Amino acid sequence: MFSRAYRIAITVPPLAWVTIFLLVPYLLMFCFSFWSVSSAQTIVHSWTLDNYKQLFTKDVYWETLLRSMWIAARVMVFSLALGYPLAYFLSFYAGKRKDLLYQMVIIPLWVSYLVRAYAWKTILGSDGVLNTLLQYVHLTRHPLDFLLYSPFAVVLTLTHIYTPFAFLPIYAALEHIPRNLVEASNDLGASPAQTFWRVIFPLSIPGVVAGATFAFVLSLGDFLAPLLLGGPSGIMISNIVVTLFGAAYNWPLGAAISLCMLVLVVSLLFLSERLEKKWNFS
Amino acid sequence: MGSTIVSISGSRIESSAPGTTPLLTIRHVAKQFGKNVVLRDISLDVAEGEFLTILGESGSGKTTLLRIVAGFESADSGELSMMGERLDRLPPYKRKVNTVFQSYALFPHMTVEQNVGYGLRVARVPSAEVDSRIEQALARVRMTAHAKAKPGKISGGQQQRVALARALVNRPKLLLLDEPLSALDANLRRQMQVELKSLQREVGISFVFVTHDQEEAMVMSDRIALLRTGELEQVATPREIYSRPATAYTAQFIGHTNLLRAEVRGGRAHCESLSWGVGLPDGQAAFSVRPEDVRVVGPGRPAVDGVVRFRGKVQHRAFHGATELVRVVAGDGLVFSVRTTGMDGREEVECEFSPADAVPVRDSAERS
Repeated sequence: MFSRAYRIAITVPPLAWVTIFLLVPYLLMFCFSFWSVSSAQTIVHSWTLDNYKQLFTKDVYWETLLRSMWIAARVMVFSLALGYPLAYFLSFYAGKRKDLLYQMVIIPLWVSYLVRAYAWKTILGSDGVLNTLLQYVHLTRHPLDFLLYSPFAVVLTLTHIYTPFAFLPIYAALEHIPRNLVEASNDLGASPAQTFWRVIFPLSIPGVVAGATFAFVLSLGDFLAPLLLGGPSGIMISNIVVTLFGAAYNWPLGAAISLCMLVLVVSLLFLSERLEKKWNFS
Repeated sequence: MGSTIVSISGSRIESSAPGTTPLLTIRHVAKQFGKNVVLRDISLDVAEGEFLTILGESGSGKTTLLRIVAGFESADSGELSMMGERLDRLPPYKRKVNTVFQSYALFPHMTVEQNVGYGLRVARVPSAEVDSRIEQALARVRMTAHAKAKPGKISGGQQQRVALARALVNRPKLLLLDEPLSALDANLRRQMQVELKSLQREVGISFVFVTHDQEEAMVMSDRIALLRTGELEQVATPREIYSRPATAYTAQFIGHTNLLRAEVRGGRAHCESLSWGVGLPDGQAAFSVRPEDVRVVGPGRPAVDGVVRFRGKVQHRAFHGATELVRVVAGDGLVFSVRTTGMDGREEVECEFSPADAVPVRDSAERS
């Protein structure tokens, strides 16, 4: 149908892009993860499993990875807990205000991530808005110091940032449910609560799975929120990777950690796609 | 079912089948969407065990009326009651009414069996009873073999039967059907019309069936309620609505007809060059003459007294199998549809009809 030249012209650029900026870097990262650093701070190009050995034996990497997953899991749960009711309300009860409210959920996405993270710093700091208020109303005498530079601050900020990402696929899934199914359920004698649990929720599962995956994967790899608000106890795995590629100058170990993260994330995406397919009936 | 009394007062029609207690009573129901008046002053009864069809063109308000009965819409004014109890104040899930939706609305994540059992499960019927009732319901619509299939894997006709089973398994007092056959092809549709009607006789539940198809309405119904732009035009048995249409609109909507606008003077109706004796006061009047009541007369046969006879040119002939619909233009420009059972190739014919077959109809004013 299209000429050979045309087909080449439209397929080569994207293929080249993917090769140069995705496949080659991943290949390099793969190679690096089996190399090592000499005492003279040069890369030794001989194959070794040392980096992986370190990764699985040194507590700091393990603990940080587990903490990152724990933070990501909490962000996922809170984003769903906020995003689902919001999406449900918007989709089923917002009526004419639907579009306006939808925009209000989307607009914060246009605000820079950094601005939002800094905003929480202003709110949660020891001289911050929240502490000042708490002392002003005499709920506390001294500033609460667990608010900032803690896993709590990281979870709170990431939840704020990623809730729209959980909201969007859930909203899309709910919008997809034919309203006559809800009517049919009512017609057959199901109360609104029964209708929700037996019809609406099961049919929204693909959206929930997609939203959960977004929230979990995006927060698992986050390094700005822990950097700005995490403090020593809120360090996440990406912060270690950043350090290893920067100040510590240990690219091989950094690459090994990155590769493990990649495997983890790809398996999660694979799993989530399987789940979405299983619950998709359209 | 006995004859039906239709009382016409102004433009309001209240109708019920006499001798039976009404199951559902609709009184003075009106509905407006924004500035758009969808229903005005609808009063209608549905008798126990009756098959009532709400017939109307698209936009006549028939689906809205059905949705008001089901509880998906609320009427702006008027009352609904079922067996003496107010229905309009109950949410849909508390009404002993079930609906078969136009697009079936089967739950896609449940099997056929789970769909059918849905109403019983949410009502917390004991599971042994649920199982046996599902089995019965599936057997009744011949879907037992597909019990474990998901709705997406079965054909439209099969989905239709599952939707029916899902509603009937709850043993409602009243079943509402919103153009359930419109998505089926013509043959399957005719087959389902017969099946649906015999199923209704079998289970003895009142059916309120919505359709825009007058043939379907004629085939299936005990009574037809003809709805026109939000008002009831006529409520009667198919036979009566066909042979005694109350209005010009009814006469034209139900089957073919020849509508004659005539002037009555001194007990005779005059329409162009035709005239016949009537028992109506002087003034304008409209008459409906069905094509099958107009006969083509053999050449040279003498006219019987009182019969209206005219000559005309054959303009068009449509072959319908057993009959033929012939369009005849009379000398004075009047156009008649004539149904014959076979006619020679004559270009000019003589036709006649008896004044008794010219049914006076109210000339329904155009409504917006």
